[in-house]
Amino acid sequence: MTEHIKKDIILQVQGLKTHFFTKRGVVKAVDGIDFSMGKGEIVGLVGESGSGKSITSLSIMRLVPKPAGEIVDGKILFYNENLLEKSAEEMRQIRGNRISMILQDPMVSLNQILRVEYQIGEVFRFHKKTNGSLREKCINVLRKVKVPSPELRMRDYPFQFSGGMCQRVVIGMGIANSPKLLIADEPTTALDVTIQSQILQLMKRVQQETGTAILMITHDLATVAQICSRVMVMYAGRIVEKAPVHTFYKIPAHPYSCGLIKSVPVLGKKIDRLFSIEGQPPSLLNPPEGCRFVSRCNQAKEICHREYPPEITLDENTNHRVSCWLHT
Amino acid sequence: MFLDKKKKKQRKIKNRIPFIGLTFVTGFLFLVIFGNWVAPYDYEYWDMASMMMPPAWEEGGSISHVLGTDALGRDVFSRLIHGSRFSLLIAVACIACYGTIGVIMGLLSGFMGGITDMVIMRLCDLWMSMPAIILVSLMGPSALTVIVVVGIAGWPGYARIVRGECLSIKQNDFIRLARVAGCSNLRIMFSHVFPNIANTLIVLVTLNIGQMIILTATLSFLGLGTQPPSPDWGLMMNEGRRYINSAWWLVVFPGVAILMAVLGFNIVGDWLREIFDPKQKLR
Repeated sequence: MTEHIKKDIILQVQGLKTHFFTKRGVVKAVDGIDFSMGKGEIVGLVGESGSGKSITSLSIMRLVPKPAGEIVDGKILFYNENLLEKSAEEMRQIRGNRISMILQDPMVSLNQILRVEYQIGEVFRFHKKTNGSLREKCINVLRKVKVPSPELRMRDYPFQFSGGMCQRVVIGMGIANSPKLLIADEPTTALDVTIQSQILQLMKRVQQETGTAILMITHDLATVAQICSRVMVMYAGRIVEKAPVHTFYKIPAHPYSCGLIKSVPVLGKKIDRLFSIEGQPPSLLNPPEGCRFVSRCNQAKEICHREYPPEITLDENTNHRVSCWLHT
Repeated sequence: MFLDKKKKKQRKIKNRIPFIGLTFVTGFLFLVIFGNWVAPYDYEYWDMASMMMPPAWEEGGSISHVLGTDALGRDVFSRLIHGSRFSLLIAVACIACYGTIGVIMGLLSGFMGGITDMVIMRLCDLWMSMPAIILVSLMGPSALTVIVVVGIAGWPGYARIVRGECLSIKQNDFIRLARVAGCSNLRIMFSHVFPNIANTLIVLVTLNIGQMIILTATLSFLGLGTQPPSPDWGLMMNEGRRYINSAWWLVVFPGVAILMAVLGFNIVGDWLREIFDPKQKLR
């Protein structure tokens, strides 16, 4: 369980704040998060819609939608270099080369009117890393992600592919230059369950082959259980709990994590009503002063309303941390 | 889907309309390409002996000049055929000129956003309020002037449409993915966004050719465009204007030629739009 600490750390996010400046006020989509990732590790980032997962990933890629969104504070250290200090040109060198990304819906993440070959080629055209012709490289990529008869399929257009096949192509583009870090933003959400597990298997295999670290963003706890080694729970722009997967499912520490796990239906178990966490996440326009979960928490104490809890280490060995007053 | 007989008939007629347009356009293009072989006379060939001859079916007409002759004894039919080339050439040259400027400006404006967008759009407003026709008279009337002036003046329309398309396309995930792959702005603009607006452009250009034919004909008619003895349709109408009481064919036939060409391109343009727009197809 301690292996991830020994591994060299490739990504360190410190106090990252990404805010959106709208007419109605400042939306604090990501409001001070810290985490790190080791080499070749698969980390799950879970949270409900609007909790800031995707914005976190876009911040790392420096692709936050402008001009509304802006990274206002923090550091993103990738191999000890702060990505936030890089110029646009330097970022282009890193994107698709050392950090890559997979997006949610494969059917819209490929340009429908350009051949698959051309789109995979884009990854190589700018980053001239490996030798060989563009054609061969494309075939190799498609072979790696198990697209049948790549020589023929690469001449096809994305609309001639099924959703699962499209996602394979997108994953192929993501890992084409064997990046050190792959950010997968809900890569299986738009796919049906059988394809989901195939894609997850594929990603896990790719990770083992290339040693790429994967930041898996999802709201599906099953996905996390299937491939992640560590999990981080995000709530209203903050990370509330970080834990190894096994610990997380066995002894979740944060009331929100407990609620999440409780609300997963178990096959074969008869229940009248599925558990759900009452209430809505707070508005990120004016987040509450204290703990953000306080209005939905049934164990809230007086201090929870006043102050945001510090990050508490529950277990040094497994690096289990939680931000909750209940554990002080 | 159940269709009663009347609706079926309506649909049948509706489905045939594009063919009328296509016929006109292909006929027009045929004359543009093969006009030299089809026309019985050269457009400058004149014959004083057969001045002001009416069309063949009128009294005094002759089969050797099917649509009659003008005041210099030039064959109207031949001049119309040669004129098709002038019309299309000028129209296409104008569109190529301002289409290119417009597309580049529109892509820049839509894709870059921010200050670039604002500057280009205000420039558009400014440009559109400039009286282009006066420029023509300043530069001295000739075919080249028309191409240059109209070609420079027309870009804001294209820029606006391209900008609008670009704004919606750049929201797509594939643009984000292209960025993730490390593509530069220019590369995304021209290799990823541009192919997606190509269908809009095809429709736009087709509809525009019709408008351009009218515009150039108007300019020639006013004496601001091509100069005699070019067989430009507008110019022919202008020359025939003086004899409208005695020789109606000098005005009517060029007019009909303009009408058919423009109508043809408009119908084909509409038809292409329906083909490219799946939402309209369902109707």
